[in-house]
Amino acid sequence: MNVTYLKIEQHQDFLKINSIGDWTLYTEPTIEKIIREIKPQTNIVWDFSKVTSFDSAGVLLFIKYLKKFQQNFEVKVTGYTEDQERFYKLIKAHITDEEIPSRDKNILHRIGEEVTVKYQEFTAYLNFSGHVTLSFLRYFINPRNFRYKEMMYHIHKSGLNALLIVALTSFLVGLVISYQSAVQLAKFGAEIFIVDMAGISITRELAPMITAIVVAGRSGSAFTAQIGAMKITEEISAMRTMGFDPYYFLVLPRVLALMIVLPLLIFFADIIGIMGSMFAAKMELNISYTQFVTRLHEVLNAKHFWIGIIKGPIFAMLIALIGCFRGLQVSDDTESIGAQTTASVVNSIFVVIAFDALFSVLLTQWGI
Amino acid sequence: MMKVIEVRDVITQFGSTVIHDKVSLDIKQGEIYGILGESGSGKSLLMKEMNMLLEPRSGEITVLGYKLSNITYREAQSLRQQWGILFQFGALFSSLTVAENIKLQLKEYANIGPEMCEQLVKTKISMVGLPAHTGALYPSELSGGMVKRAALARALAMDPKLLFLDEPTSGLDPIGARNFDKLIMELRDLLGITVVMITHDLSSIYSIVDRFCVLADKHVVAEGTLKNVLQSDHPFVERFFKNEYAQKHYNKIIKKKKIENV
Repeated sequence: MNVTYLKIEQHQDFLKINSIGDWTLYTEPTIEKIIREIKPQTNIVWDFSKVTSFDSAGVLLFIKYLKKFQQNFEVKVTGYTEDQERFYKLIKAHITDEEIPSRDKNILHRIGEEVTVKYQEFTAYLNFSGHVTLSFLRYFINPRNFRYKEMMYHIHKSGLNALLIVALTSFLVGLVISYQSAVQLAKFGAEIFIVDMAGISITRELAPMITAIVVAGRSGSAFTAQIGAMKITEEISAMRTMGFDPYYFLVLPRVLALMIVLPLLIFFADIIGIMGSMFAAKMELNISYTQFVTRLHEVLNAKHFWIGIIKGPIFAMLIALIGCFRGLQVSDDTESIGAQTTASVVNSIFVVIAFDALFSVLLTQWGI
Repeated sequence: MMKVIEVRDVITQFGSTVIHDKVSLDIKQGEIYGILGESGSGKSLLMKEMNMLLEPRSGEITVLGYKLSNITYREAQSLRQQWGILFQFGALFSSLTVAENIKLQLKEYANIGPEMCEQLVKTKISMVGLPAHTGALYPSELSGGMVKRAALARALAMDPKLLFLDEPTSGLDPIGARNFDKLIMELRDLLGITVVMITHDLSSIYSIVDRFCVLADKHVVAEGTLKNVLQSDHPFVERFFKNEYAQKHYNKIIKKKKIENV
């Protein structure tokens, strides 16, 4: 760029600095580079008559160097307009030496903070579970004012509307499991055992876990976002002041709805998953549907099915409680809705898998 | 005087609901222009159309010489650096501190050094009447009045020529609201900014707004100085200005003005 912002003339007994053109935010870096090089030896006359535009950055630059030059020499400023002078005075009045304190934290601070936050979250969760338990007991005292309509709504939203995605995932999982093991079983000539394998693993482990994970992603996150949004708009506070306990009116219907609906979804996933595996068996090993079903009758003990179903309400309770808890943990800013929703899904999926592992170990130990 | 914003025959329509039916108005350089109207009359929508957040069904809006209907991306970006917008609830980015909020555009669009940037931020914070240490606070740690001031500081970050304010005094206490009015007036006088504000605040209209328009029944039913608008006999103008409360207020102002004129 060949634009000049400064013209310096050395006169006999003074140095004349002519400021020219735009002294703005966009030209400030260029001007500063030039002005830094000025090393006055005499008094200065600083002229502003050729400045076309002057903004805060330009004025701040002027103030900075005026101060610097004034330390050793006299500076006479000329050629400014009345507006520029007023603007200068405004900026000058608002220059402060007070620093904006830093919000950076060192590592020790961050670790400490993280630990206290986790501890507080833990106690908050205990507090939350206590409230939910109490409101559950209150339900037995006065079941008539329970929000059945709200519960039905959530059964519809979390159950009925989830059928398609649950069907799709469990079908694919059943299909993939059988497809992969078909090759291995065929090597031993043990093709028919695919029925035992698929039947037991799907009903006992896979269907409950897949369904729970889908529901955690769909409904757990929705609970957090709904309750979190209500928290931000102060709807929860409004409910409290009107005497509607949010645990009773918001949390309990969601928890119960999910506990009712998840076992049903698991049952549904069992059927579709086995269908997927039947399909793969037919394709890969040429086992007919009749053959498959007859074998399934012989080998699939009902206890496997029941273990899978019983996991339903437990997983549902975990997912719904975490979802609602995270929603109530949302603080005033919009950012925390996102953070809490993420935490809700991550927590509930982890808890589901951890409990599933625990079941697996315990039940095997007990020989069931 | 130069026109900063020109709105010509703007029609805004959602489905079959017509919000603006050929709305036209002019905003001149250096004035504080108010947009007044009943709730639902489309004040905010008109402002959004001026801010390129919404496109009118038809009509033309010209802002700082740019015709918004066929503006290029580059022009739009440069226009966006020349205005500042104060949203009704501040709309400060909640993950950033006040200082970072103000710094955002400076860092993105100007090539200034960190020291200058810091100094500019501090000046803006001080200009809106906040102490420097508020720069380190997050929006969630601010009170309602402070949010407005911090958001104004952000709007002023790029030294805009044009400032849009959406109900700047709503949610402030009367003293805070008057101080905010004074601040806007000062900024206009000192920086020569053109201010466009949506307001319901009678005091603001009396004391700082130079000219304003009244939106009602899909049209601009009155435009001009307070005196001009008061000559209108549109029911909304009657209701808004000629009620007992407003009348009292209005008389006071008129008396004051007379004294000043003498």
